Amino acid sequence: MDTLQLLIAGIANGCIYGLIALGFVLIYKASESVNFAQGDMMILGAFLAIALINTNQADLPFLLGLALAGLTLGVFGYLLDALLLRRVFGQPQLTMVVLTIALGFVLRFIIGAIWGHDPVGLESPVAGERLTIGALTIPLVDVVIIGATVFLVAVLWLFFARTRLGLAMQASSQNQMAAYYMGIPVKRVVSLVWAMSGVVAAIAGVLFAAKGAVEPSAGLVFGIKAFAAAVIGGLGSLPGALAGGLLIGVMEPFAGRYLPSHVAQVSPYVLMLVVLIVRPSGLFAQMKQKKV
Amino acid sequence: MKPRFKTSYDADIDRFHGRWHRAQYLILVAAALIAPWILGNYYVGELSSVLVWSLAGMGVMLLVGHTGQVSLGHAAFMAIGAFTHLALMLRGWPFLPALLAATLASGISGALLARPILRLSGIYLAIATLALGILVEDLAIVAEPVTGGVRGLVAPPIELFGFTIDRYGTPIAFYYLCLSIVVLVTLAYANLLRSPTGRAFIAVRDSEISARALGVNVTRTKTLAFALSCGITGLAGALYAHLAQAVNFESFLVIISIALLLQVIVGGLGSIHGAFFGAVVIVLLPQGIAIGRDLLADVGIRVAAYPGLDMAVFAVIIIVLMVLEPRGLYGVWLRVRTWLELFPLYRKGMFRRARSYLKTERLK
Repeated sequence: MDTLQLLIAGIANGCIYGLIALGFVLIYKASESVNFAQGDMMILGAFLAIALINTNQADLPFLLGLALAGLTLGVFGYLLDALLLRRVFGQPQLTMVVLTIALGFVLRFIIGAIWGHDPVGLESPVAGERLTIGALTIPLVDVVIIGATVFLVAVLWLFFARTRLGLAMQASSQNQMAAYYMGIPVKRVVSLVWAMSGVVAAIAGVLFAAKGAVEPSAGLVFGIKAFAAAVIGGLGSLPGALAGGLLIGVMEPFAGRYLPSHVAQVSPYVLMLVVLIVRPSGLFAQMKQKKV
Repeated sequence: MKPRFKTSYDADIDRFHGRWHRAQYLILVAAALIAPWILGNYYVGELSSVLVWSLAGMGVMLLVGHTGQVSLGHAAFMAIGAFTHLALMLRGWPFLPALLAATLASGISGALLARPILRLSGIYLAIATLALGILVEDLAIVAEPVTGGVRGLVAPPIELFGFTIDRYGTPIAFYYLCLSIVVLVTLAYANLLRSPTGRAFIAVRDSEISARALGVNVTRTKTLAFALSCGITGLAGALYAHLAQAVNFESFLVIISIALLLQVIVGGLGSIHGAFFGAVVIVLLPQGIAIGRDLLADVGIRVAAYPGLDMAVFAVIIIVLMVLEPRGLYGVWLRVRTWLELFPLYRKGMFRRARSYLKTERLK
């Protein structure tokens, strides 16, 4: 029973890692680059939601606050690409990596300057409620997190597989020039992907803040762990990101219980290194051997 | 631009292009030698700091700027260098052998790690080295007999050629020690770049496939670059231990690795100058911000001391540079110099780079 309890807590945690990893994968799919500011965008979403929803702040209804936070981050993502990142379009990959790392520093500073550096929690309608099945007690938050993640992954998967815009996104991520020749407005499509990843980041942030407290500096560590998840799953694969997130999320509580603490702390990174060395393109590989 | 007339075969392999070029660097060295006698003790310390970070920057530059392998974990090798050096010195080794051993230790650990890690490329390599950095951070706590655990190690004073050198006791001597090491490494680096090995590094950076076609052993070249880069960074780590006087696991957090990468990028990838420019920015920026805050306070505007402000300002500088001039401060300097040399014939698009559009082998 104890094991099952740990497992469910791990899955809920893993879902949040998976959601941030989804943001990574979206950006990677769109521009073959990595948004190292994804973790900080998530924290931004969390703090926006806290400012909108908590009773001592704006005190809006939960769902309205969530929608507003998601919308704001979506617009933020779109403008970020349209005004800043588009200018380094066509430069080497490293440029984008460095730009987003720098952006993460700026975001972290701004969040800290506005909301302070103390951990804050989000007041959610499911806070403190528990679900009891037999001898098993699960916090309702965990159930909501798992449900929301499964729903979001399904929607995104359908979006990429079934809609014209999703197809256009896939096309422009595989070959920008050819996609442009086929009449796809590549620049706008890439900006839309950034908007989507902003929304996903906001949702991840809200779920994260509903589960525990958030602080501005959490973005870096969370971003790196979620990135490990995305890499384990194979960058560029949506189900892979979720699988990687779940793997890390489930591993952490078990490692924490059965291994010495300093080993448990670094276990996600060890797992990632092993996966990278044994199977460099991740568990859900999407790459064939590169041809000359 | 002045045409260069070569009057002897030696001119082809000369490190400097003509007398004026040589004179510029002699003036720079002379200025560096005189500087500590003019500046106060505090600024001598800052200059030593610039030198140590330049050294670390050169290590990163060799790998990222000249071999094209991105590393986000170089603070780990600074840590290996620093802890090896201090552990040996505290066990009674003299300064120079300990320094050499520290350089070798980080170089060899770099070479050993290079084999599995350098099979990855691009972002995957960056993230693997990042994970490595996190692991070493943790290792620094666990390996207590060597690293002193959470408390860390305190640097003993340096005994060298009958002098006692201490960062606070004799700052000028410490500055000269750093300066001589940095000058030696810079000369070696500049020479390396015009040797076949250095050219192979650059060939691998520009295109692995064409390098292989030209007969370059890519795996060997990358491993060598990684080892050399880690060695230089380890040397910088050992000097940093004396600069900071005490090191523990917190001295080499992952954020330092990221800052190191950002430093060489601000300076300008692919040039030795870039490592120095970046170090100047990263060391003097907090000073500049403090001075700016004092000036604002004098005219009546009080800025609260936000934590992390210097890193944010640094990040904004990076964003502006990346958008306007991806080759960093060295790129800016090149433009200014060309503008002056060609005046009034400079044209706008002279430094434009070819863009490449994304094409991937991914199937989904």
